[in-house]
Amino acid sequence: MSVLDSKIPAGSLDRKWSDYKNKIRLVNPANKRSIDVIVVGTGLAGGSASAALAELGYSVKAFCFQDSPRRAHSIAAQGGINAAKNYQGDGDSTFRLFYDTIKGGDYRSREANVYRLAEVSANIIDQCVAQGVPFARDYGGLLDNRSFGGVQVSRTFYAKGQTGQQLLLGAYSAMSRQIGKGKIKMHTRHEMLDLVIVDGKARGIIARNLVTGEIERHSAHAVVIASGGYGNVFFLSTNAMGSNVTAAWRIHKKGAHFANPCFTQIHPTCIPVSGDHQSKLTLMSESLRNDGRIWVPKHMEDAEKIRTGKMKPTDLTEENRDYYLERRYPSFGNLVPRDVASRAAKERCDAGFGVNATGEAVYLDFASAIMRYGKEQANIQHLENPTESDIYKLGRDVVEAKYGNLFQMYYKITDDNPYETPMKIYPAVHYTMGGIWVDYNLMSAIQGCYVTGEANFSDHGANRLGASALMQGLADGYFVLPYTIGDYLADDIRTGTISIDSPEFIEAENQVRSQLEKLLNIQGTKSVDYFHKRLGKVMWDKVGMARNTQGLNEAIAEIQEIRNEFYQNVRVTGKMNEFNPELEKASRVADFLELGELMAIDALNRAESCGGHFREESQTEEGEALRDDDNYAYVAAWEYSGDVTKPNLHKEDLVYENIKLVQRSYK
Amino acid sequence: MKLTLKIWRQKGPNDKGQMVTYPIDNIDGDMSFLEMMDVLNNQLIESGDDPIAFDHDCREGICGMCSLYINGEAHGPDRGVTTCQLHMRKFSDGETIYIEPWRAKAFPVIKDLVVDRSSFDRIMASGGFVSVNTSGNTVDANAIPVPKADADNAFEAATCIGCGACVASCKNASAMLFVSAKVSQLALLPQGQVEAADRVLNMVKTMDEEGFGNCTNTGACEVECPKGISLENIARMNREYMSAMVK
Repeated sequence: MSVLDSKIPAGSLDRKWSDYKNKIRLVNPANKRSIDVIVVGTGLAGGSASAALAELGYSVKAFCFQDSPRRAHSIAAQGGINAAKNYQGDGDSTFRLFYDTIKGGDYRSREANVYRLAEVSANIIDQCVAQGVPFARDYGGLLDNRSFGGVQVSRTFYAKGQTGQQLLLGAYSAMSRQIGKGKIKMHTRHEMLDLVIVDGKARGIIARNLVTGEIERHSAHAVVIASGGYGNVFFLSTNAMGSNVTAAWRIHKKGAHFANPCFTQIHPTCIPVSGDHQSKLTLMSESLRNDGRIWVPKHMEDAEKIRTGKMKPTDLTEENRDYYLERRYPSFGNLVPRDVASRAAKERCDAGFGVNATGEAVYLDFASAIMRYGKEQANIQHLENPTESDIYKLGRDVVEAKYGNLFQMYYKITDDNPYETPMKIYPAVHYTMGGIWVDYNLMSAIQGCYVTGEANFSDHGANRLGASALMQGLADGYFVLPYTIGDYLADDIRTGTISIDSPEFIEAENQVRSQLEKLLNIQGTKSVDYFHKRLGKVMWDKVGMARNTQGLNEAIAEIQEIRNEFYQNVRVTGKMNEFNPELEKASRVADFLELGELMAIDALNRAESCGGHFREESQTEEGEALRDDDNYAYVAAWEYSGDVTKPNLHKEDLVYENIKLVQRSYK
Repeated sequence: MKLTLKIWRQKGPNDKGQMVTYPIDNIDGDMSFLEMMDVLNNQLIESGDDPIAFDHDCREGICGMCSLYINGEAHGPDRGVTTCQLHMRKFSDGETIYIEPWRAKAFPVIKDLVVDRSSFDRIMASGGFVSVNTSGNTVDANAIPVPKADADNAFEAATCIGCGACVASCKNASAMLFVSAKVSQLALLPQGQVEAADRVLNMVKTMDEEGFGNCTNTGACEVECPKGISLENIARMNREYMSAMVK
């Protein structure tokens, strides 16, 4: 039998979660007070879990590396959050959200987990509105919706282009209430550096106080890792500068399996790279594809003229433009899923139709949306014979009301006015579907160590649909973990406080200390960023949007080489016992240098294409991802063997009882 | 571009600190201000010096972590942006740029340009929330319609990123804009009205205890706010406060 037991409850799909909830053990309120839970990370998954667990009565110890829990990178999510409310009466349902998510993930996620996600999605919206989250509303005072990629209904709730911010501030508010009551002890500017396991159970963490540099021991009856994704392994991504894999990687090295690490989401609409100095990439929300049309010039010579500045995009007439998504995917058009849109952009740019100096950009154009909205407004306002410029002005106001902050952000970064000239965009690393393997309870292979949100692998398969990350983070934290963790903690009502003086804590602390000292003592000549950029380039070129056997083998060798050089020649300034951002970075990059290799190994093992994982050897005649369900309909869960170059593979077969596996089509 | 940077260096909370001059060359107009700082830091590291500590994270103007006082203005000379979105094209070749941390009694310096803004978190913990538990049994999200204008105004107030530019810009180091943004957001929505009176009293009390100054209606905070949070919020908070006092 496989070591992986997913613990999916028996019964019909739509009854699994409610039946399961009715049967699991509970902890009575008086006993909850004497149980401690550590939560690492304060984004949507961690913040919501901390708040919900504290409301239930547990004593929560929460950790984040930022200076406030409100700054976790969930804050940057723009477009929206999905929920099967069917407020628009357009045929949405729990089943449809479930189906879209499984299909969008290219049939590589668990049915039971995804159905549960769809089931609790409606509760999330109710909860957030009750917290005072100011979602967009229509003139009747009811909630508004918009559409996202890969679906044909409008189920996305939003707050302009700042939905993540508003939801996170909601979770932060809920946390603040518990912090005020003393039910959550908040540790800001702290970074978890190891997990402590006592008698086979996760019983605490070792964390570094980033202000004083002190190494601290913290104990609890269970540990929740909600530390986000690992997109920064590519150096350039839409993640925050501090986003890292360290907490997840350290538990992996203590026994948690890393599942499907090669499943990376490359988001189609980001601002293109402008030069070598670039430190991060900025996303332009997928919601823009509701109204923006993506195109490149139809003729190569026009593309060349545009690249050299001899022609402007607005000079090109309609018949000389190639709206390639509308051409290739007539039924979904510009709203195909992210993986499909990204590959299509790469295909056009590789073929020589790119529109910026580097040839790596396509247009996202709002001209027709502005005129369409303008005409609608002119009708509403009963304007007779409005001029082109009247219509443009009216339409521009509508577009500004919908996407104003995104347009402003684009303008500030590029110095181009997107109301007048189309945006230039290109795909960039955005999200990681892979992550720590968890069972139905969200528990990793380590007893009592739970993993939620982007840090786990469970719900998005090989490609995540837009506006589903926020949904999953809050579903895990508000509505799933608070139930499932109780079943585990029911055994701990008589345990009492966990001592931090046990040999396990001392040993873990010593290990962390010697690891940091090792980094400080190398005293080489190159900065941490130098190595991180080199790793990022290998990852982007060979483990990025398109992968093949040769490239992956080369990547593995190159990453090993960079890692060796890192340990010989990195220069980490400053000392351990002080505020030292360079040391923080070095310790995170050391983990990325190991994870990068595992991603390449996983991508090499999975000799099929699915979702965001595109193996050039496995494609249909039209260049679409070609799955191999006979051989790869499984979760690849990698176990640390003591040698990062030789991980052990465990397979969890994906069983589909309610959905028929078919070739994904958005044509 | 060739620039002269004059940067505040301070080893720790108890160090006196001083301005230090750094010349820098080959700066491109498309670089963000923080990317320019990255270039400087890499040069410092490779020549064996201690890099300059500054707070930053998302680098897309939403997390509120970055916090530089540039040429006497919070987040620098551009309007409606945070430091991380400020681009070097706003400066000219040969210019001298002064870079300092936020200065306020309630924001003590940790190191160089990094300050401690946990006082904001403590204000939030004293009342910046709606007391609703997570149950999944709250009323349906559409059960209480909210007039669009109220929802939009609440949203505008809620876009505050908690960076502290308002405090840094205020001659009194007042936190009124920050506090009033949260008070307004929740007072404008039906969900927040139940405990509106307690909220405003508690948050203002904590704000005073944390050592922030008073508001004298100068309006510098509104000018420098990267998110354009309006002074109207302060007026609304004053009304809320007065009516809570007489209740």
